[in-house]
Amino acid sequence: MMSPSLWMFLIFIAITLAITYWASKRSTGAGAYFAAGRQIKGWQNGVAVAGDYMSAASFLGIAGIIAFQGYDGFMFSVGWLVAYLTVLLVIAEPLRNAGKYTMADVLAYRLKPRPVRAMAALSTLTVSTFYMIAQMVGAGALVALLLKDSGISYHTAVTGVGVLMIVYVVFGGMLATTWVQIIKAILLMAGTFLLSILVLSHFHFSLSAFFDAVGHVTYHEKGQQVVQDFLQPGLRYKPPYGALELISLGLALIFGTAGLPHILVRFYTVPDAKTARISVVWAMALIGSFYIMTTFLGFGAATIVGRDFISTHGGTNMSAPLLAQALAGNIFFGFICAIAFATILAVVAGLTMSASTSFAHDFWTNVIHRGAERKAGEEVRVARIAAFVVGAIAITIAILLGPTANVAFLVALAFAVAASANLPVIVLSLFWRRFNTTGAVAGLAVGLLASIGLILLSPSLMAVDPPTVTGAARHLIQAKAWFPLENPGILSIPLGFLGAIVGTLLSHEPSSEDRFNELLVRSNTGLGAETTTARH
Amino acid sequence: MPEIPSGETHLSVWDRVAASPEFKNLIARKKRFIVPAFIFFLVYYFLLPILVGYAPALMARKVWGNVNIAYLFALSQFFMAWIIAGLYVRAGSDFDKRSKNIVDQALKPRDAEGNTKP
Repeated sequence: MMSPSLWMFLIFIAITLAITYWASKRSTGAGAYFAAGRQIKGWQNGVAVAGDYMSAASFLGIAGIIAFQGYDGFMFSVGWLVAYLTVLLVIAEPLRNAGKYTMADVLAYRLKPRPVRAMAALSTLTVSTFYMIAQMVGAGALVALLLKDSGISYHTAVTGVGVLMIVYVVFGGMLATTWVQIIKAILLMAGTFLLSILVLSHFHFSLSAFFDAVGHVTYHEKGQQVVQDFLQPGLRYKPPYGALELISLGLALIFGTAGLPHILVRFYTVPDAKTARISVVWAMALIGSFYIMTTFLGFGAATIVGRDFISTHGGTNMSAPLLAQALAGNIFFGFICAIAFATILAVVAGLTMSASTSFAHDFWTNVIHRGAERKAGEEVRVARIAAFVVGAIAITIAILLGPTANVAFLVALAFAVAASANLPVIVLSLFWRRFNTTGAVAGLAVGLLASIGLILLSPSLMAVDPPTVTGAARHLIQAKAWFPLENPGILSIPLGFLGAIVGTLLSHEPSSEDRFNELLVRSNTGLGAETTTARH
Repeated sequence: MPEIPSGETHLSVWDRVAASPEFKNLIARKKRFIVPAFIFFLVYYFLLPILVGYAPALMARKVWGNVNIAYLFALSQFFMAWIIAGLYVRAGSDFDKRSKNIVDQALKPRDAEGNTKP
């Protein structure tokens, strides 16, 4: 007999494949394939941004972190929303006004396009691929766990997720990706809202009873019973480096979100800058409501299900599904699992889309072929092939790493690169007349290398494991970490800016300064901006 | 893509618009909103990890039942973000009107001296 989870998975897959078929007939031409014809409405794009952004890490991961480490987990929730103020105030409108398909478009106006696009494509591919591998490993482990009664293994799960994301992107382009993200966001909001109501009803809709229970969370640690107030900070971030780690995490979130390529490309799907602004506000309404509700998901799991039970029934990531099971039985458990599955698919589809767009538009057309398609439709064809290749690589690496691999650092790495390499050059390009190509290449390179280097030397990859830890779960470098923080932002972001500024000051490029007015006028008024493509 | 009027190069359009008082006014107005809003949100947001990290005793103080300052301060961040977003949308409709005027002006046909044709 098939489990309710599997049924709901299959229904979701059927609906999204139908959407992909519908979208594939409308995705002819580059504007349609890469930017959904720039016809997505403001609210639709806002919902899609939310669906693109809220990953399995934020749904299952955050519920788990709050369930196990209380208040400190909620700090992620706060940063993930507040970060959108950077997107809203600084990035979304100039990007829509001045760009076409990728973040490199904005840089290429005043700077020498080939070196800048090559570096920007490298940075985009790094962020997207690392983030995607983290999602795939998580997805495989999770789907295998959620569907273990149906006999689906890690390999099958990873391959299934990978093939679906390739199908959405290759055949349906940005339009299919958008609708998969919209449906996922609506499902996620509905599921989270229901779960929150159920948690509150468990406490007879008394917030004070709920928070009292959060004040006395009971569990066992090393055989001892512990009673802990989960609203108190400090369960995850402890001295000596806890405070710095929190600030560094905050920096990575606040500056990284506005440099995540799969979020940036979404602003090209709307007709103009005003709609881009409206879509950020819609996204903030959804994302904020969702992260406030993580209070009920996380603390609910801690008080109603309990750490002890979750630890022996799949671990931290199962906190939200187990809470659903405890409150409303197996059908609701299946529904929440299906939402988790939809969540993963929507995010990996967005990542595949942004990676393949950057490869085709920045690297293939503009770096290798100097801005000209040799044949009509070549850019889209290359993007489709790139989506297939990127997807295949992600499937292979996720299978090679296996379900126990330590991949959480890849998410931190993606945010660090986005904050330290992408954001500084976008901001300086938009606001600093003196900025030039050397500065952009230096900023991207320094930000990228600093992020990767510091994470290699961090406790995420450097630690001495006891012999009981085996295989992929072991740390890569068996030695004491050289850099004490898991989030390198506090050092790598200033280094990225420094690289960009020093590179600029060491060179002269009058043409970049001459063309600053063009970018200034374009980004602020939308004069000459890309317009919607005609309906097919 | 709007047609840039013939008879002048792209560059001259951008430089002319950039030098116009309307455009300078738009940039000044945008700065007047965005710079203070951005600084305010950075300060307000980073106070949270700084206080949680360096003043845990203050943050642990309970103000309503078991609810402490740390949680309320974290919760207030959501409303801070929404309020700034709301204020920005209100300010934005003015920016939109001004940029539309600038674009309309820039797209008017011009003679060789750069004056708009009657």
